[in-house]
Amino acid sequence: MLGEGILKGLAETAKNFAGSYVSKERLTTVQYPEERVKPIEATRVFPFLVFDGADWEAGLRCVACQICEKECPPKCIYIEKSQDKKPDYVGKQQFYPARFDIDVSVCMSCQICVEVCPFEAIKMDTEFELATDDRFGGLLQDRGQLAKSNEYYHRIHPTEATEVDARLAEEKAKLEAKAKAAAEAAAAKAAAPAAKPAGGGE
Amino acid sequence: MSVAETKTEKVEGWNRPHELEPEEGNDLLEVAMGPHHPSTHGVFRMDVALDGERIVRLKPVFGYLHRNHEKLGEGQTYLASMPYTDRLDYFCSLTNNWAYALAVEKLAGLQVPERAEYLRVILAELTRVQNHASSVGFLIQDMGASGTPLMYAFKEREKILDLFEELTGSRMMCNYMRFGGCRVDASPAWLDGVQKVVAGLPAFADEYEALLRTNEILMARTQGVGVLPPELAVNAGATGPLLRASGVNYDIRKVDHYGIYDRFNFRVPLGDHWDVYDRFMVRLLELRESIKILEQALKDIPQGPIMDPKSKIRGFRPKAGEAYGRIEAPKGELGFYLISDGGPNPYRYRVRPPSFVNLTILEDMCLGQNVADVVLILGSVDIVLGEVDR
Amino acid sequence: MHDALDQVFVHFKSWLVGFLPSGWQAAAGVVLCVVAIIAVYPTLFALAVLLERKGLGRMQNRYGPNRVGPFGILQPVADAIKSLTKEDIVPLRADRVVHFLAPVVLVVAVFMGFAVLPMGRNMVLVDMDAGLLFFFAMGAATELAVFMAGWSSRNKYSLLGAMRAVAQMISYEVVLLLTAVSVVMISGSLSLPRIVEAQNQYSGVFPHWYVFTPWGVAGFVIFVIATTAETNRSPFDLPEGESEIVAGYFTEYSGFKFALFFLGEYVEMLGVAGLGTTLFLGGWSAPFSFLNGVPSWFWFFAKIMIWICFFIWIRGTLPRLRQDQLMNFAWKFVLPFTLLNLLVTALWRFMGVGWERWVVCTLILAAAYALMGRLGMRKRQIGPRSYRYAE
Repeated sequence: MLGEGILKGLAETAKNFAGSYVSKERLTTVQYPEERVKPIEATRVFPFLVFDGADWEAGLRCVACQICEKECPPKCIYIEKSQDKKPDYVGKQQFYPARFDIDVSVCMSCQICVEVCPFEAIKMDTEFELATDDRFGGLLQDRGQLAKSNEYYHRIHPTEATEVDARLAEEKAKLEAKAKAAAEAAAAKAAAPAAKPAGGGE
Repeated sequence: MSVAETKTEKVEGWNRPHELEPEEGNDLLEVAMGPHHPSTHGVFRMDVALDGERIVRLKPVFGYLHRNHEKLGEGQTYLASMPYTDRLDYFCSLTNNWAYALAVEKLAGLQVPERAEYLRVILAELTRVQNHASSVGFLIQDMGASGTPLMYAFKEREKILDLFEELTGSRMMCNYMRFGGCRVDASPAWLDGVQKVVAGLPAFADEYEALLRTNEILMARTQGVGVLPPELAVNAGATGPLLRASGVNYDIRKVDHYGIYDRFNFRVPLGDHWDVYDRFMVRLLELRESIKILEQALKDIPQGPIMDPKSKIRGFRPKAGEAYGRIEAPKGELGFYLISDGGPNPYRYRVRPPSFVNLTILEDMCLGQNVADVVLILGSVDIVLGEVDR
Repeated sequence: MHDALDQVFVHFKSWLVGFLPSGWQAAAGVVLCVVAIIAVYPTLFALAVLLERKGLGRMQNRYGPNRVGPFGILQPVADAIKSLTKEDIVPLRADRVVHFLAPVVLVVAVFMGFAVLPMGRNMVLVDMDAGLLFFFAMGAATELAVFMAGWSSRNKYSLLGAMRAVAQMISYEVVLLLTAVSVVMISGSLSLPRIVEAQNQYSGVFPHWYVFTPWGVAGFVIFVIATTAETNRSPFDLPEGESEIVAGYFTEYSGFKFALFFLGEYVEMLGVAGLGTTLFLGGWSAPFSFLNGVPSWFWFFAKIMIWICFFIWIRGTLPRLRQDQLMNFAWKFVLPFTLLNLLVTALWRFMGVGWERWVVCTLILAAAYALMGRLGMRKRQIGPRSYRYAE
């Protein structure tokens, strides 16, 4: 019958109108900035550098290997290696970045830098309210602005951070086991003439 | 060079029908629709010459969004081009990723494990669902039905985009496929989430179709408008829902059997009247078929690794050679042609965008139609400027 | 008491006017009424604009404006300030005088129409014997303003939009007139207050509004369609359709002149809503006899606002009709149906009171509608389709 489709359409719109007052399904607007959507854990916005412990300079995991700088598609990372070395989380002496700049206005949040980093040093942040009116330096983040603690990382990406910590702990344990085995071998060699087993508590 | 200055050359087999030639001395009204236009789906211009209300000549002008994608591809590694493919057809980033990954896998001879194939199918079909729903919504929006059907489509799309964000980290620029598999494994919680969304999709498809199938004004405006005969569509290289609505049975999922599509049971809808109404009904029917594929894939997805153990993230240098990988993207045949010279960067990187090729027959579809229908016909071709201009 | 509330404006006016010498009283009374109309209807316009934006928003699953004032109530004020402070651009080659006069003519013609609408018991500004005719004359004058706007801009697109708009308005004007003729036939007078009086009777609880008769239902539906087209509202708003030829006949207007066009369109909506209420919905009479305690002017304005809500509802639902489809619809479907309705009205009057006339009239109208509907759709091969799948 002519007009039937039109009436059905009218009924649909009326249902929408009435429903928008009663059900959240029909009116899904979230009134930003008073209300916010619950953030999804895996979301990625811009990178940040992770540091362990309390002092960001001493605990920075980055060893300035410059792999992320090479792999970054829009080339938004700029790294300058330091001249001296500092100990990393297992105690080995490593270089560290004297400068680590990311131009956040160029970064396209592709996460390739995170994928290729062998040291779990750079991860994706979830902070997106970075708008500034300073056109020339406002979105260029340097080492100090990028360094955030491991606790922060746990807060924003709990599952991922736990996995990373587990991996790092495993590596540390492996290294310690190797070191211990090497020390034992050396001690055994040194104590071999004494012909006494290197006992003691392991 | 303005539209007024170009001469129409006579090309055999590609002429406008004789009765549409403007009479000598009759003033043609020349309108440039775009690039700032609420209904051209992006920065796109159409130089239209009108005789009264009928269209006599139409010339699409694009390039406003050209971003040097292919040249950039030559300057960076294969992996670094992956995030750029997201931005080609920015509506459907996962299918772009898949096409590129397919091309590189052909080039380097990589094998994709089972679970990764299933994940790829699930994500591609979810992309197809949200693309077709939004495309029909945009068409109705262009007709002036101020947005109610579009908001419906967007509600479902939001749920799907939330799923993408949980898995890949980003709603639209997913950057998820890798050469030899997928980047990150899906947790059981995520698969449950997909299950829930897919369970709600048939009801949405029914509601959406009911809104559109019987509305007289919609039918009056889209039936008989923008007819594309099948021979012309095939000659012009059109693919995707545009081709299938002209009655030609060509779906790359059935023709190429890429991925694991031959394990799934789905049909290919065809149109018989070749007009705008057929195009968007074909999209809605394909949406339903995608729901079927999703249900089957979710049931059968196995456990296992998601990356080929031979693939490398850094230092990836495929052997010299060339490969063309294509998939059935929601808009048509999306193909990537790669020539490798053994180095870390491709020697030549070429994209075959479906929207670009589909646009070539826009003029033929619009000749003789009312100017108010141009917007509808353009909407039914379903272009995304990121793809057209690369 | 009820009479006091009902006639409060009339008494107020006569009290005010009583301060002047008797020679001046009539003129002063008229001036006061004019001032009241000019004060009330733009306020209703602001309310209508706000209702439209919030209503459309809710229908589209979103909030409307809600930042300016609580629930967005001050949004019309913000819009007014915005349009007043915008630069007034007149194109170089435009005809300045006509360009300036077009919105003025529109607003004046639209407000003149209110002179004959009875807004309550004894509340009509001018009780003309041919009030209906006067209203239609003013309605036709609005078309002149539209054409002036399109012509003076010296712009191809504006001219195109204006010609389309005028063609549409003229076609539907014919339909509107014929529908009103059927009301005149039954009530026997062209004077609007008398038409309302004829409907202000009750049989039991139910009123004798013309919309509750078979020819009245058909006439009312046609009237609604025709007024939607007269005021260029969706689904007939192709002349101002943004998705095609820019903005149609008011492309070259900016700032306050644009706001005047907008005002003119909405106040015209209120005006034709007022006419439709008067002709079909009983004007200021209450829907049930026991509700006579509520003042008559309240019912009039309530009914007008319901019309506006209905216009907004239709706008939020239906897509736009193309120009040629619109004209086809008017001349090949609505007009024959209106002529048939005229015949049925005559039959109604001829048959005298009784149940037979209800049955006969309803049957004729329903059969005609179904038949014409089916013929119209089938001829152009428009209808639902079924699809096949590849083998």
